[in-house]
Amino acid sequence: MSTTLFLVQVLNGLQLGVLLFLIAAGLTLVFGVMDFINLAHGVQYMLGAYLAVAFYGLVGNFLVALLLALAAALLFGLLLEFLVFRHLYDRDHLDQVIATFGIILFLNHAVRVVWGAAPLTLPVPEFFTGAVVLVGGLLYPVWRLVIIASGLAIAAGLYVLVSYTRIGMLVRAGATNARMVSALGVNIERLFMIVFGFGTMLAGFAGIMIAPIISVEPGMGDNILILAFVVIVIGGIGSIRGAFIAALLIGLVDTLGRSFSVDILRLMMGPSSARMAGPAIASMLIYVLMALVLYVRPTGLFPARGR
Amino acid sequence: MSGAILQAPKPTLSLLPRRDVVLPAMIFLVFVLLPAIAALTARQYLLDVGARMMVFAVAAVALDLLVGYTGLISFGHAAFVGLGAYAVGILSAHGIGEGLIALPVAIAVSMLFAWLTGIVCLRTRGAYFIMITLAFGQMVYFIATSLAPYGGDNGLTIAARSTIAGWPLLKSDRAFYYFTFLCLLATYLFCRALVGSRFGRVLRGAKENAIRMAAIGFGVRRFQLVAYVIAGGLGGFSGFLLANLTEFVAPAYMSWQQSGELIVMVILGGVGTLDGALLGSAAYLLAEEWLSGITENWKVIFGPVLVLVVLFARGGLIGLGSWLRRRFAHV
Amino acid sequence: MSDPALSDRVVSARVLSDPTPSDPVLRLDGLRKNFGSLVVTDDVSLDVMPGQMHAIIGPNGAGKTTLINQISGIIPPDEGRIIFAGNDVTALPPEARALRGLARSFQITSILPGFSVLENVALAVQARDGSSFRFFGRAAEETALNAAAMTALEQAGIADRAHARAGELSHGEKRALELAIALAMKPVLLLLDEPMAGIGREETERQVELLLRLKSQLTMVLVEHDMAAVFALADRISVLIRGRLLITGNPADVRADPQVIAAYLGEQME
Repeated sequence: MSTTLFLVQVLNGLQLGVLLFLIAAGLTLVFGVMDFINLAHGVQYMLGAYLAVAFYGLVGNFLVALLLALAAALLFGLLLEFLVFRHLYDRDHLDQVIATFGIILFLNHAVRVVWGAAPLTLPVPEFFTGAVVLVGGLLYPVWRLVIIASGLAIAAGLYVLVSYTRIGMLVRAGATNARMVSALGVNIERLFMIVFGFGTMLAGFAGIMIAPIISVEPGMGDNILILAFVVIVIGGIGSIRGAFIAALLIGLVDTLGRSFSVDILRLMMGPSSARMAGPAIASMLIYVLMALVLYVRPTGLFPARGR
Repeated sequence: MSGAILQAPKPTLSLLPRRDVVLPAMIFLVFVLLPAIAALTARQYLLDVGARMMVFAVAAVALDLLVGYTGLISFGHAAFVGLGAYAVGILSAHGIGEGLIALPVAIAVSMLFAWLTGIVCLRTRGAYFIMITLAFGQMVYFIATSLAPYGGDNGLTIAARSTIAGWPLLKSDRAFYYFTFLCLLATYLFCRALVGSRFGRVLRGAKENAIRMAAIGFGVRRFQLVAYVIAGGLGGFSGFLLANLTEFVAPAYMSWQQSGELIVMVILGGVGTLDGALLGSAAYLLAEEWLSGITENWKVIFGPVLVLVVLFARGGLIGLGSWLRRRFAHV
Repeated sequence: MSDPALSDRVVSARVLSDPTPSDPVLRLDGLRKNFGSLVVTDDVSLDVMPGQMHAIIGPNGAGKTTLINQISGIIPPDEGRIIFAGNDVTALPPEARALRGLARSFQITSILPGFSVLENVALAVQARDGSSFRFFGRAAEETALNAAAMTALEQAGIADRAHARAGELSHGEKRALELAIALAMKPVLLLLDEPMAGIGREETERQVELLLRLKSQLTMVLVEHDMAAVFALADRISVLIRGRLLITGNPADVRADPQVIAAYLGEQME
């Protein structure tokens, strides 16, 4: 186990963490402010990726495709909100779960109808192709660094937005007590729409950014959605700060766990049992972590509504 | 005067409610006659579809116990089904094909998992609970995919159906069908009794007002944990049947999509009725059979249908039935 | 009359009229509760003696309901102890206190609206009637539970509504149901959180009469705004202002205390 390999995996963990943050941020806000469980958030991520591929096919320029895809994703998200979600804010969580589950089914198969089931690819934008040499002769793909950088930049931007602007204050207040905010005369429906639209764009952006390095296929949002749920549960519903910390934590634990579980276990048991148990334990790691956190803090680390 | 009100019939070990016996009786009647219908119409696949319906109905009834009567929205119910199925698969891979061993193991494993995860899950409430059950389900799913010696992602074929005391009684599809029928009947009757019992009344009361129940002296969490373990065990029972039905186990049996489908079955039929779980699993699997014959991407149609059901037909098929009865009672 | 509920009442009445000085049924010892920087309960100590009706009065926001919630176990105090029937129950959850005989009614009616009135009360009886981990048998048909429930309903005056759906009762009837549920618990101490809130004058008079009848059999703590009711019922009165106990004493003394009049009663009496 060399240091360069370790550093690569740390960077990979950061990249996954940043991605998870982008998805979890929208999810936790929608949840915190509107008390709305949106299982369909994962398909928004998937849609971002598909739209990026589609627009790239039309315009041949990544940046333009990115902007168009973001706009289209936002529009689509708002359409969904108008048609379906709006009617579910007053319903109980069971209804929200089933309805958004129905939307997942619909969209996962709709993309199959429109684009086929075969995985699609998007080339890395020319300027950012290749790898760059970092500390100690370590070669790391530029695009992954771009993802990390843009994710951190957005996190910083969100932090400023939420902590220092009026709208951010309304969002934080809404996450703590939406009814009170409404009673104080704030147009809560407009606030909901803004929060929702923002969350949609973040998820779409994550999908667009990840598209060049993974295969774009139906159902790609499902597994990352679960991870995002683990993030917001650990971080605390309604808290951007919690989502950020938890996302990085999960990204690192999951990535490092998967890479080094076999090696670590080999210190304790024979190589063949380590090779068998390693992947199993690695996949369990973040869930065990989640269970531990929730056992001690049933509402997460930094819940918006306090304990 | 109060004496007259008190003269209720002596409590009996009653397993069926006095009214509304008609609907479940009809459902079970259809199920028991299905093999005969299949033979008469020379549609043998009906036997397979019917058995599938009943296997999933066992899991759905258990889930309705949690969702409809205890108020716990478990999005990880498929994990119990999968654990039960894998118990059969793993034992079979090691040469143990005896049902009298596999069934208790399947139920015990799922109950243990329910107990351990329930302790953690029940410390949370509302949305946190939904998500933590989802995550635990995923945990089991990923463990299953990483079990290389047992097929990993591709799953594991089972040599033959479980034997009962050494006899290959379940080998014929017909025999297995009737066996599954009895299992479903037993599950349904057990859950019916449970719901009307002292235990069930505490659960139902806690679902409506947990603070009130605590204020009169009930440790709500303890009761909910027991309900969770019971539902888990019944899920494992369903898994045992599923593994025997398909003679195959795969991680897909415990995916969260599968958990979602189980909840859909409960809602589709009518949550909180137990009969709804029977209807819902039948309806969902029928829809799957029929629509997938039309197009491979039938869920493009089914997804919006689900949304519409949630928005406009919240009571599911049973709710629809009562609505129709009320509407046309005056015609 | 071999009514078991009656003989229970006779026993407790005998205990209550014991001439030797007895220990308080409830002792609050230095209770403190903060919500953030807001002090809601500020070093509250008081004793409730057996057989007495101890009223807690004070303006809105004084922290009365929070105090009741700490006594019944819904929220934990930051400091201090709650000693109930000689035992320190500070760390016990609400259900444990309920089983030891601590019953309460809620300021905002808290019943099971989907169940019948009878079942609401029968569940309270069931809680102390052996194990509820019975998976068979129809609980709704258990005659013993239903009989005890009917007795409580009769005491509360709504036996005629026994088979109505609890959610369909009038506000006053729901308050009576809450009382019936509490009585069915055979309580040692009954906490009443604003039982007269939101009911008309006739209903209030009925409730007062009912509580007067129960006074000889139960120890009660009454949180109330209705001063007429308080002075008709209470043996001792504690005045809570901004989380702090201003005074605890006899109704006559409290009524005349200048501090109390200035801080609270002045606004209440006309």
